[in-house]
Amino acid sequence: MNSIQQITGMVFIIVGLGFDIFGCIGLLRLPDVYNRLQATTKCVTLGTCSILLGAFILKGVSTTGIKAILVAIFLLLTSPVAAHALARGAHKSGVKLWPKSVVDKYEQDGN
Amino acid sequence: MKSKIVLFIIGFLVWALLTWPLDLQHLIAGLIVAAFIAFITGDLFSQRPHHFGHITRYLWFSYYVPVFLWECLKANIDVAMRVLNPKLPINPGIVKVKTTLKSDTGLTFLANSITLTPGTLCVDIDAEKGILYIHWIDVKTQDIDKATELIVSNFEKILKKIFE
Repeated sequence: MNSIQQITGMVFIIVGLGFDIFGCIGLLRLPDVYNRLQATTKCVTLGTCSILLGAFILKGVSTTGIKAILVAIFLLLTSPVAAHALARGAHKSGVKLWPKSVVDKYEQDGN
Repeated sequence: MKSKIVLFIIGFLVWALLTWPLDLQHLIAGLIVAAFIAFITGDLFSQRPHHFGHITRYLWFSYYVPVFLWECLKANIDVAMRVLNPKLPINPGIVKVKTTLKSDTGLTFLANSITLTPGTLCVDIDAEKGILYIHWIDVKTQDIDKATELIVSNFEKILKKIFE
C-alpha cells in the first residue's frame, strides 16, 4: 500500500465523519420530525457512503473493499425509502408540522 | 421468463461480489441459490424486462449517476450550512408537485433522488394522479407549476429516458 492511497482513503473517511456529525447536530437542532429526517437522511447517507468509499480505497479490490462498495449501493437505495416511510407514517398518525411551517398541502388534500 | 433470467443474473452477480474472491465452491452454491430465487420470485421482479436490453438506457443511467452525486453533495453542504447557522434559517412546508412518470421504478427513483437533493423530502406519492407531496425545508413558492419546475424537472428528463 502506498501513501497516496492511504491519504486519499483517510480524507474520504474524515469527510464522511464530518458529514455524519453535521447530520447529528441537525437531529438535535431542527424543530420537528420532518426537518430532522431531512438532515439525517441526506447527511448520514452521504457521510456513511463516504466512509465506506474510504474503506474501499484503503483496502483495494479485496473481500472487505468489495463488501464496502456493495453496502454503499444498498444504503443509497434504501435510506431514502426508509425516510419516505417514516415521514408518511408520522403524517398519517397525526404528527403536526412545526407551528411556523408555511404550508401543508398534504393535509389540505385530506390525507 | 425474461424477468427471471434478469433476476438470476443480478442475484448471481451480487452473490459473486459478496463472496469475493471468486472460487468454484462459492460460485456453485451461488448458482443454485440464484436459480432458486429467480424461479420463485422472478415474475415479480420486472414488468418490462425487455428494457434491460436497451443500451441507450445504460448510457443515460451513467449520465444520471454523476448528476445525482453532485446534487447529493450540494444537499449535504446545504444542510450543514443551515444546521451550523446560529439563526437556523428554515422555512418549511409540504408542497405538491406534478410528475409525468408512470412506471413504478421510475417513480421510486424520482422520489429517492428528490429525497437526497437539496432541501426536499418526498412524503407521499399519488401514482394515479401523478402527484408527489414534498416536504421542503425552505419553501420558495407554493405554486404547483413553479415548484415542479424547481424540484422535479431536472431529474424527470433523465429518468424518463431511463425507465419509461
